[in-house]
Parts: sequence; C-alpha cells; structure tokens
Amino acid sequence: MKLKKNTINNLITYIMVIAAFLLCQWMLASGKMTRSLKGQLIPICVYIVMAVSLNLVVGISGELSLGHAGFMSVGAFSGIVMSAWLAGAFQMENEIVRLLLAMACGGVFAGIAGVLIGIPVLRLRGDYLAIVTLAFGEIIRNIMNCLYFSLDGSRIRISFNNPNLPGTILINGPAGAAGVDKISTFGMGFALILFSLFVVLNLVNSRSGRAIMAIRDNRIAAEAMGINVTKYKMMAFVTSAVLAGMAGALYGLNFSTITASKFKFDTSILVLVFVVLGGIGNIRGSIIAATLLTILPELLRAFNDYRMLVYAIVLILVMLMTNNPTMRAFFERLRPKRSKGEPTAKEGESA
Amino acid sequence: MVSFLRFFINGISLGSVYAIIALGYTMVYGIAKMLNFAHGDVIMVGAYVSFCAMQYLQLPPALSVLCAMVVCTVLGVIIEGLAYRPLRQAASLAVLITAIGVSYFLQNMALLIWSSNPKVYPSVFSVGAIRLFDGELLITSETLLTIFANIVIMIALTLFTGRTKVGKAMRAVSEDKGAAELMGINVNRTISLTFAIGSALAAIAGVLLCSAYPTLQPTTGSMPGIKAFTAAVFGGIGSIPGAMIGGLLLGVIEILGKAYVSTELGDALVFAVLIIVLLFKPSGLLGKPVHEKV
Amino acid sequence: MTQRQNEKTRMVPVPTYAIVPERDVDKRPVLEARHLGIEFGGLKAVEDFNMIVGRTEIAGLIGPNGAGKTTVFNLLTKVYQPTSGTILIDGKDTAGMNTVQANKLGIARTFQNIRLFSNMSVEDNVRIGLHNQVKYGMFSGIFRLPAYWRQEKRQHEQALELLSIFDMQDMASVKAGSLPYGAQRRLEIVRALATNPLLLLLDEPAAGMNPHETEELMENIIKIRDKFQIAVMLIEHDMNLVMGICEGICVLNYGRIIAKGTAEEIQSNPTVIEAYLGKRKGA
Repeated sequence: MKLKKNTINNLITYIMVIAAFLLCQWMLASGKMTRSLKGQLIPICVYIVMAVSLNLVVGISGELSLGHAGFMSVGAFSGIVMSAWLAGAFQMENEIVRLLLAMACGGVFAGIAGVLIGIPVLRLRGDYLAIVTLAFGEIIRNIMNCLYFSLDGSRIRISFNNPNLPGTILINGPAGAAGVDKISTFGMGFALILFSLFVVLNLVNSRSGRAIMAIRDNRIAAEAMGINVTKYKMMAFVTSAVLAGMAGALYGLNFSTITASKFKFDTSILVLVFVVLGGIGNIRGSIIAATLLTILPELLRAFNDYRMLVYAIVLILVMLMTNNPTMRAFFERLRPKRSKGEPTAKEGESA
Repeated sequence: MVSFLRFFINGISLGSVYAIIALGYTMVYGIAKMLNFAHGDVIMVGAYVSFCAMQYLQLPPALSVLCAMVVCTVLGVIIEGLAYRPLRQAASLAVLITAIGVSYFLQNMALLIWSSNPKVYPSVFSVGAIRLFDGELLITSETLLTIFANIVIMIALTLFTGRTKVGKAMRAVSEDKGAAELMGINVNRTISLTFAIGSALAAIAGVLLCSAYPTLQPTTGSMPGIKAFTAAVFGGIGSIPGAMIGGLLLGVIEILGKAYVSTELGDALVFAVLIIVLLFKPSGLLGKPVHEKV
Repeated sequence: MTQRQNEKTRMVPVPTYAIVPERDVDKRPVLEARHLGIEFGGLKAVEDFNMIVGRTEIAGLIGPNGAGKTTVFNLLTKVYQPTSGTILIDGKDTAGMNTVQANKLGIARTFQNIRLFSNMSVEDNVRIGLHNQVKYGMFSGIFRLPAYWRQEKRQHEQALELLSIFDMQDMASVKAGSLPYGAQRRLEIVRALATNPLLLLLDEPAAGMNPHETEELMENIIKIRDKFQIAVMLIEHDMNLVMGICEGICVLNYGRIIAKGTAEEIQSNPTVIEAYLGKRKGA
C-alpha cells in the first residue's frame, strides 16, 4: 500500500526526535556534552512539548493564546505536590512511577484549568480571545502566589493567603516550592515528547482533528456542515492544556526551587515565538525552533553581554526574512534549485 | 472615607497613566491592525531619556520631557519603518512576533546602556501638594499634573482626529486602507504619523509613571504596557474615548483592589474584571461590534 | 424514476400560499416557511416570506441584486434568527435552533462567496461533510482503535464516491484552495451533499462558470436530485439555468415575494419583468 504524504511526514518527525535523543545519549555517554548543555536537556524537552501543545491551539485550531505558561505552572505545582505526597504519605521509592503519576496529576489539573478557562474564552474571537488568555495566564500566576501547600503527616493541607500551615511546607506562596525532590529525567522528557507527538499528530489526522481545522479555515462553513464549534475548539484547547500541564510537572520536578514568577507572560511569549518561528501549524518546525532557540543563548555565549540583544535581532531578522515578500523572493533565488522529488498531487494522480 | 478618597484619587492618577499609554496602543491598533508589544518599552526609553537629560545634562524637567518626546517619536517612526512596514502584507501573528522581538531589543539595549540597577527617578514636579481634611488627604502635584495631562491629551487627540485633515486621513485609513489609498491618502505616511504620536504619548506616560513610581529599570515599561493594552481592549480597542475610560477604570480597580481585597491579587482582579466585561460586551465597552457577513 | 423530465412537471397549489410538483403533493414537504421575516435595525430585509418545497422539487429563488435572496438562505439555515414567522424542516419546527441543529435536521448549503476549508485537501473537505455520519470519538482517533480504521476506510470510500458525481475523485488529495474556481463551486456542492441533507440550498452555483460548465452543472443538479431523492433550492442569476431546471420559481424583490410559479408563468409575469427591467416609460 502506498503511504500517504502526511504519514511519511509524521514518520520523519518521529525519526528526527528519536535520532536526536540517541545522539544526546551518545554524547552523554562519551562525555562530549558540555555541562551547561546537559543542564538544558530537560528544559529543552519541556519547551518542545510546550511548543507542540501550543501549536495545537495556534496552528491547528487557529486561536492565538498568550497564556500557555499558566497551564505549565498549574502542572508544575500540582506535580510537585503530588510527588511530595506520594513520597511522604506512601513512602513511594520508585522515582519513575512517582514522576509518571506527578505528570499525570499535572496534566489533569491543567486540563481542569483549561476547561474552566475555555468556557468563557472560547466565546470570544481574535485579538479579544488573545487578551483574555493573557489575562488568565496572569490570574493563574497571581493565584499561585497566594497558595500555600503543606504535607501534614499523610494529608495535604491547602490554604489561601495564609502561610501558617501545620506540617512541612511544600509550596510557600510567592516564595514558591523549595527543596523539591529532583526526579525528572531526560529519558522521561523524551518519552513525553513522543507522547505529545503521538497525541497531536494522531488527533490532527482523525475526525476530531479535521473538525478543528475546518473551524479554523472557515467557522461559518463548518457550522453549516453540522460541526459543533465550541466542542471542537474546547477539545483542542483542553488537550493542549493537559500536555502543557504534563510538561510543567516535568519542569517543576527538575529544579530544587521554583516560583510562580517563572511562568510569567514572558514564558508564554517565548513558547509562542517557538511556534511562530517553527511555522504555524508545523509540528516538526515547533520542535526544531524550540530546540534551537533554547540552545541559542548558550551558543551566543561568545557575545557575552550582547547575547540577548543578538537574540532579539535574530528574531526580528528571521521574521522579516520569512514574511516579507521581497526578502523571501531574494532568499528563494539564493537557494539551489532542487528537482522536485514527488510530483504534485494532480500530476501524480492523472498519470 | 478619607482613605477611600485617597485610594480613589491614586487610582485615577495611575489610571490616567494607563490611559495615555492605552491611547498609543489603540491608535496603532486602529490604524495598523497590529498589537504593538514594544509600546511598553518605548515608555521605558522615554523615562530613561528624560532621566538622563535631567541628571547628566542638568536640563529643567519640562525640557527633559520634550527631549524624551523627540527621542521616542524618532524611535517610534524608525521601529515602524524598519520592523513593521516590511510586514504590512504579512500575517498578523508574524507582526506580533516581530513586535516582541523589538520589545526584547529595546529592553536589552537599555540594559546595556543603563545597566539593570534601578535608577531613582527624581521627583520632577514637586511644587508642593494640596492638603485636605486636616492634612489627612494629600494630593501631590504629580497626581494633579498626571490627571491634567490626561485631560489635555484626550481633548487634543479628539480634536485632532475629528477636525484636522490629517486626523481624518487617519480615521479613513483605519476604516479601510485600500479605499483610503484610492482616495489619494498616503497610507504609509499616515501610519508613521500614528506611530509618532503614539510614541510621543508614551514618552509623556513614561515620565508621569516614573514620577509616581520612581524606580526605573529596563523592565519598567512591560507590566504597565500590558495593563494599558488590557485597558485599551477593555474600552474597545480602536476607540480613543474607550482607551481613556478603560485606563481610568483599570487604574481605580487596581488601586482599590490592592487596598481592600489583597495586595497580591490586585492584578488578578484587574484581569478578572476585563474578562467579565468582555463576556458581556465581546468588543469592549465602547468598541463597535463586528458582524461577519455570510 | 431517474429519467424524469422536468418540462413535464405540473405544479399544483397546496394550502393557500404555495405550489409544489404534482408528484410531491401527498408527501410531507421538506421545507415550509410561513410568514418569515427579519429586520436589521428597523430595516425589513425579508418580509412575509412563504414557501413550500416538495420532497424532490428543484426550486428557484430569483430576484434583482439586494432583494434578500441570500438573507432567506441565512434564515433557513439559522445563521440569522428570524424576527417573525416559522420554518419547518421535514415538518419539524426549527424555532430556537442554531445552524448546526438545522443541518442535522437535513438542510445543507453552499455559499455565494465560496467558503471551502481551503488549507485542507479536497477529500478532507468532503469528510467534514460526512462528519456527523461517522461516529468515533477523540480517543479512538488518538489511540487508533479499530473503530478508527474501520470508519476512516468507509469515510474514504464514501468521499470518493461523492466526488465522482462531478468526476473529481482524481483531485482528492489536492488542496481545496488551489482548485480552479468552477471546481471549488462543485466541491462545495459535494461537501454539502455529504451531510446527507433532505434539502440542498445552492447560492449562485453557476457564478463564474462558462456556458459549457453551466450546462454540465444543470445536468448534475438533476442527477443529484434523482440519485439522492432530495429537494434542491437555488439562487441564481443565470436565467437559462433557472428556467431550464427549476420547477417552482419564487421571485423576490425588496424582501417580498412578488411572484411564484413555473418557468413559463414567471417569464410572462408583468410584475417580474418590471422588477428586473424597470417600468417602461410612457406605458
């Protein structure tokens, strides 16, 4: 049977990720990886998952979301609490299982947040929807700043704006979580990337995914074809939130201390930059952009103080190069002409 | 009661700053249909320029404001010409990311020039204060000046867009770029002008903001920028009176929320009110509802 | 049944305000609009619109530009909620329903300004039409359960079969937005047809087509009606098409029906001629 074009495309994406993972493993084993890069491995995995999940909202569902870091923070803190609870109340030794459960917990809570936010947000359109997602992201961060969690024996205690809790404090309001058991592993990060790819790519090539894309392309026509717009927008939004929550849990359990200010508006924007630079709706592009842009500041170390400035200039130039018609035409001409490997659909079919 | 009044006046004052920034957002959005995320950072640049003018050149405050306005105007026009104009036909998301890039650029440039150490902005207009209720209610001259500046700018802008030829051209471009061009309006120049006005306002806002909250850092502009943007959406983006009302309401809600509800949740409250308003009026308080033609 | 000739149709009056083809008289009409009206800020865009469409009728809705034809379609498909009157689809009242529910009752449409899912393939466009006939959920989709494979295969076959009506099965994997104009219009019809409607609304299906393409389209509309045994209602400015295939024709002017009847009746109706050409001076 002839493989379909997007099946091949998806396979390339999976192979690319697996190859990159193997390369990293080889570099780790042979000691070729610098220390700073080693420290970046798990964050890179997290940002890839964040970018892939945000692309589901921005690229596939066509809604601009500026509050994706909010879901990440919900995932991070619920994951941290879950992990501490499992360790404290059940003496769970197995870190892999604990991490898995913490990630699941992060996904569930971020998903709940996604539903709660999605109900009002998805009634709005365009820039108004974007600003409301931004607002929700900020609200989540503010609320996180007021939440206190403690482990009292085998019970989790929660309070709002009241730091005096019995037991060991897990999350201390604006001071965040400290003394977190660092159980995240690069292997798990890789597994999470594969999982999110599996979910997003399979969703896109299914009945539900097609409905989501139809709404993006033309909402009115989609309604006329009997597609429930709210249901499918919600599906994309919540799925994306769940994946971001899982990534958040992985992120939270990778550092010994973490505060809610880590998940500011800037983080949402950072992830959005990955998505746009990688190509809106292009999952593989998101992965590449997230990886490169996370390493880029490291690579720009030679520029020292200028490195964030160079980063900004690179960002602007890339946007101009890829979006300005004159410049794009110029770069097209520079590129060596390839003979087209696969015939266009029309030629291929009629031959 | 007196304390309520004090918070209320502080709210109006902060709201006036938001309103002036929001005017810049709303005008640029109305005409270029883009979210200029770098606007908040232009505020920061304006504040730094006026700071330097006073500190190092020993210029009087009024002249330093003028300096800031000139620098920001030029900056705004350059940003528009270099970064946004080449993307006029591009997808709005691409422009948004470029604006974010410009924002990073300005922040890091400021970091290199002025370092991350906060500068203490001198009180520019301390000519005393009004004392009411036996000195319990203190209205500083900065507060009065901010409110006054806001009113003047509002009136001037309304007259400008309503009465002058250039102002009418701006409105025409924001209605329909193509049609305006056919009527012989130079769209590019009109958009540049809008950026110039918006950036000059940002400079004023920067000075006023730092007179009230004297810590000046490269990131000073970003949060007020986001809030002013929220204010613009709140009032109905594209609408000048909307930006004004949105800004004032936001300022009052923020200060009262911080005073009476919770300091940590003041910002959350602002955003919560925004969400509630948008749910009932999906295009803001004074925004025109958009109908999609089938 | 499939060889039915349209010229032989006799239109007979039903209740008081409508006519349907004789063969449909004893069946429940697919559409019944009673005193339908809508106002936009005081302006009556459509007023007292009454119409019955028989089970297998091809009905035409014509009128000068701005007469309110597309508004009628928007009312019937519940894009707009009528300010007065009722719409019955297959005998069921649609009051309070939205577009999605109206579609599920059996009303599908095309758009005057083409509204395809232009970034998706031709086949996927048709699959969107088949959406509500395929029943597998998000989880079967993500985890590729047997239901997914089974139903995807069936959906693929159905989509190709529908596309073959217009000989478009070869274009199945082309991006819809890159199709030529005429093909886009045809794809919109296929997509609407895929929702398994009782009544197909076509908004200017021949716009932008050359006479040869229009000729083909006419044959195909009749073919569709005969094959699926559904009713078709169309808005069209091409009078050859309207007079050639429409059995009952309804003429709209300034939001009101000014005439109803068969092609011959409409062609000789003085009010209609006046609406299109204006009053003859000195007459």
